[in-house]
Amino acid sequence: MSRPEVLVVRTGLANLAAVRAGLERAGFRARTSASPRALERAARVVLPGVGAFGPAMAELVRHGLDESLRARIAADRPTLAICLGLQLLCARSAESPGVAGLGLVRAPVLRLGGARVPHLGWNRLEAPPGARVLTSGLVYYANSYALRRAPRGFLAAWTEHGQPFVGALERGNLVACQFHPELSGTHGCALFRRALGARGRAPC
Amino acid sequence: MLRLRVIPCLDVAGGRVVKGVRFDHLVDEGDPLALALRYEAEGADELVLLDVRATLARRGPELATVRRVRSALTIPLTVGGGVRSRADVERLLEAGADRVAVNSAAVARPALLDELAAAFGTQCLVLALDAARAGRAFEVRVESGRRASGLDALRWAREAERRGVGEVLLTSHDRDGTGQGYDLALLAAVRRAVRVPLVASGGVRTLAHLVAGARAGADALLAASIFHRRATSVARVKRALARAGFPVRLDPGRATRP
Repeated sequence: MSRPEVLVVRTGLANLAAVRAGLERAGFRARTSASPRALERAARVVLPGVGAFGPAMAELVRHGLDESLRARIAADRPTLAICLGLQLLCARSAESPGVAGLGLVRAPVLRLGGARVPHLGWNRLEAPPGARVLTSGLVYYANSYALRRAPRGFLAAWTEHGQPFVGALERGNLVACQFHPELSGTHGCALFRRALGARGRAPC
Repeated sequence: MLRLRVIPCLDVAGGRVVKGVRFDHLVDEGDPLALALRYEAEGADELVLLDVRATLARRGPELATVRRVRSALTIPLTVGGGVRSRADVERLLEAGADRVAVNSAAVARPALLDELAAAFGTQCLVLALDAARAGRAFEVRVESGRRASGLDALRWAREAERRGVGEVLLTSHDRDGTGQGYDLALLAAVRRAVRVPLVASGGVRTLAHLVAGARAGADALLAASIFHRRATSVARVKRALARAGFPVRLDPGRATRP
């Protein structure tokens, strides 16, 4: 049986090798691309993210990827956004005032406060009842910004760091994680499989 | 609640893991991938890979080793050694690093930190701070510990935080490889100086040393030879930290709940 292909969006500002390795371990074939057409057509897409909101958004717009992302998410095609990827779905971020995000998630990205920032390391994700993809467990984070309220229309999972913040979102075939599934051991591997529709026996 | 991290460190040279005393007299400790996988299985929270020859050879870290370790690793990987430019960081992220540590090049040109933080985000950028006692103060060492920089370690830590580093990896040059325990005075002083996460490094031989590092305010505890030489395991270290009341991730996926 062939391994299902996942297109990883190449923004030039992400830990691509780690994301690709994580997908391969989970039973997928990973391909990177910055082509809007490929992105719109791909059966499964991962929008990774390490970096800052402004420069990453500028890269998406420069390659014309913003419109393709909006289109596939509007059509509810399987898409997984990671860390900064989640934040890019929002309309704006305190990290880069004045820069417009994709505007698909109606909640502002705010700076974490009240505890050690950046929030680096393993923390507990509390998944909501009824979720298709998200489950509770320990996951790996590296973030200074996050959503502090759940946007309407999404199921939200929560994490506590001084105060609660949104650890992940799901709505239909769109899943967005503030944590890094590619760095979260077996929890992350299983999440990749559920989010992107793996076939066959679980390798993790 | 965020867990206290335990981080085995792979000092690499020529594709092999090495370890010395005060950054010198290096001996072979094994294959990077084999060690990385053992540590992951034991419950390591992340790994640090430092190319100890890169700065002296005026090059970036060996990408082949980074790629090899990344291909099998399911936990985060911080890479350092000879990082001098934005292009170096891009190459490392591409090869498999999740975060990048900078030392000598930032001391030589501090604005490098601002540039890297702006491009890659503050959580991607780690300051590798090698410090040695100099009278009552602590001085920054550069070029794999070979050269004293004349820079005060606490002042440099504060400046680096202001310029955007998201973590300080603090190694005591005096204690490195000696087994005398972390330099707790240095650790406490840097803890007071900065608010970003702090990784303690240099000198660990016993479980008590690690617990003392946590009590001194470290967010993560790094060690090398005790793990390489099987004096203890990551799992045993975590159980000791849990008994001492610290929240840790007990593999796989279980955690203490203080």
